[in-house]
Amino acid sequence: MRRRIVLVILLSIFIGVTIWITEMGSLKYMEPKTYTDIGRQAWNHLKMVGIAELLAIGVGVPLGIFVTRPGMKKFATPIVGTANVGQTIPSLAVIAIMAPILGYGFNSAIIALFVYSLLPVLRNSYAGINDIDPAIIESAKGMGMSRTQIALRIELPLARPVIMAGIRTSTVICVGTATLAVLVGGEGLGKIILTGLYTQIPLLIVQGAAPTAALAVILDTLLGGFEAAMTPRGLKKG
Amino acid sequence: MIKLENVKKVYPDGTEAVKGITFEINEGELCVLLGPSGCGKTTTMKMINRLIPITEGHIYIDGTDNREMDENELRREMGYAIQEIGLFPHMTVRENIATVPTLKNWSDDEKEERARNLLNLMGMDPDEFIDKYPTELSGGQRQRVGVARSLGADPPIMLMDEPFGAIDPITRDRLQDEFLKIQNEIQKTIVFVTHDINEAIKMGDKVALLKEGELIQYSQPAELLAAPKNRFVRDFVGSDRTLKSLRLMKVDEAMKESPRVVKEDQDLESVGQIMREEGVNYLIVVENGNKLKGWINREDVEEAGQGRVADAMVRDTEAAETGTSLANALTVMLERDVANLPVVDGDNNLKGLLTFNDLQSLIGETYTESGGKHPEVSK
Repeated sequence: MRRRIVLVILLSIFIGVTIWITEMGSLKYMEPKTYTDIGRQAWNHLKMVGIAELLAIGVGVPLGIFVTRPGMKKFATPIVGTANVGQTIPSLAVIAIMAPILGYGFNSAIIALFVYSLLPVLRNSYAGINDIDPAIIESAKGMGMSRTQIALRIELPLARPVIMAGIRTSTVICVGTATLAVLVGGEGLGKIILTGLYTQIPLLIVQGAAPTAALAVILDTLLGGFEAAMTPRGLKKG
Repeated sequence: MIKLENVKKVYPDGTEAVKGITFEINEGELCVLLGPSGCGKTTTMKMINRLIPITEGHIYIDGTDNREMDENELRREMGYAIQEIGLFPHMTVRENIATVPTLKNWSDDEKEERARNLLNLMGMDPDEFIDKYPTELSGGQRQRVGVARSLGADPPIMLMDEPFGAIDPITRDRLQDEFLKIQNEIQKTIVFVTHDINEAIKMGDKVALLKEGELIQYSQPAELLAAPKNRFVRDFVGSDRTLKSLRLMKVDEAMKESPRVVKEDQDLESVGQIMREEGVNYLIVVENGNKLKGWINREDVEEAGQGRVADAMVRDTEAAETGTSLANALTVMLERDVANLPVVDGDNNLKGLLTFNDLQSLIGETYTESGGKHPEVSK
């Protein structure tokens, strides 16, 4: 309940600030961005996050599960470790590296974001499966479930909340990182922030930053609800 | 019937967990695999349903080599219960119990009926528990559901790895009793792994004692206690094995049947006569056919001189019901400081007489008969 109140307050502040600046009229030597501008960039932003995140899920979840399979465990450390290193490099650096390699443009922005979003998804998928009580798997096996049955009926349902939590973390981080995508030719709310930085108009920076924050809060809440809905009843506390 | 033939398990690193053991488990018998940790008992059990692959030798289930069967099919024909229980936390009690029936594509109605029956069998109210999740159950209830789940599709064979290991001693004792009752009804062939000698003696029809991957002794619990094959067995069953074997034997086995009795209205002179003739100091008094009333001893008879039995007898008497273990009977004798204990059935009808002397010689007999040492008289 308290968490929900905090969320509503935060959201009101971010949206309020955005509206306030947009309605302000003139900012020093230039006009503030219009609602259309903000909307368009927010949409671009979402698109980048969405595509990058879907790629991260598409690669991270299967890969995370794959390294928990019997006989594949030896790959777990190198794969999860590599992803960990990827996360350790500052997001700006990851994005900066992509530019010379893949050139400027939307695609390299997406790939940079994907690399950066992959780890939480991968790590949680791995941990979600790996941390299941071995006794549960053993009794499933002992009662004659095939490997596929164990994966589909036992492991995936039990790991689902953990995997969902990974996706949620990853998405929220991705929304923030995506503001940097503009540096390698991407679009999104980062563009408004960057304009504000170049022209040294703080209000313009806020006009880009506040909607970004609002977007992060909204996505976090939505995915949080989704996560709760995906959690099997027997695993819920209380 | 399960038959193990020279079964070996060698791990890739060269450890020999099981070193070629051979024995048979008869249908409807509960066979306990007993031994200290690392003796290979769990490994042996898991080779039966092939959770652990056999390195050498054969295990036959009703004559079929278990390696010729599909491993999942094989496991579905064997209930499997483990100490950690491993209930599926995201499934209700109903879904957990119906695990194997679901794998065997039973209809929902059949599964529901089966789950309810099994909960009843376990002494749990189906209406209360069937929709609960494992986290909503107590430890003992989880253990019961675990056993119910292993009985899910009514398998002829059950494998149980310390199924009552993780609960408090009082609940464990109760679950053991309940399970024995259930086993009496369902008559499954059970392989039961434990490291607890008391549990083994209590539960087992047969006990296979293992040590470092070898089968040391395979016999009935009573024989294990009475005739331990070597020093290891003797040490393992413990120095109180005399007492343990008393726990296994019933008063029915040790009592004298139809002992001499007298009636309340008999005169003391004739009773004195009987005592002298029989050379006994103690007679049981019965009334109404064969109902136990009390007892009378020689001193009292001689002191009273004449009169009726009713005047000199002791009315408040201890008795053991048939089916009582000798250990319990002995406890009563020692507590009450009596050397004779009448044995009655549930309706107080006299069935026999247990005497301290009989008890002592019986213990001696079981030992000498099977070549064991004569026991030190119990403390």
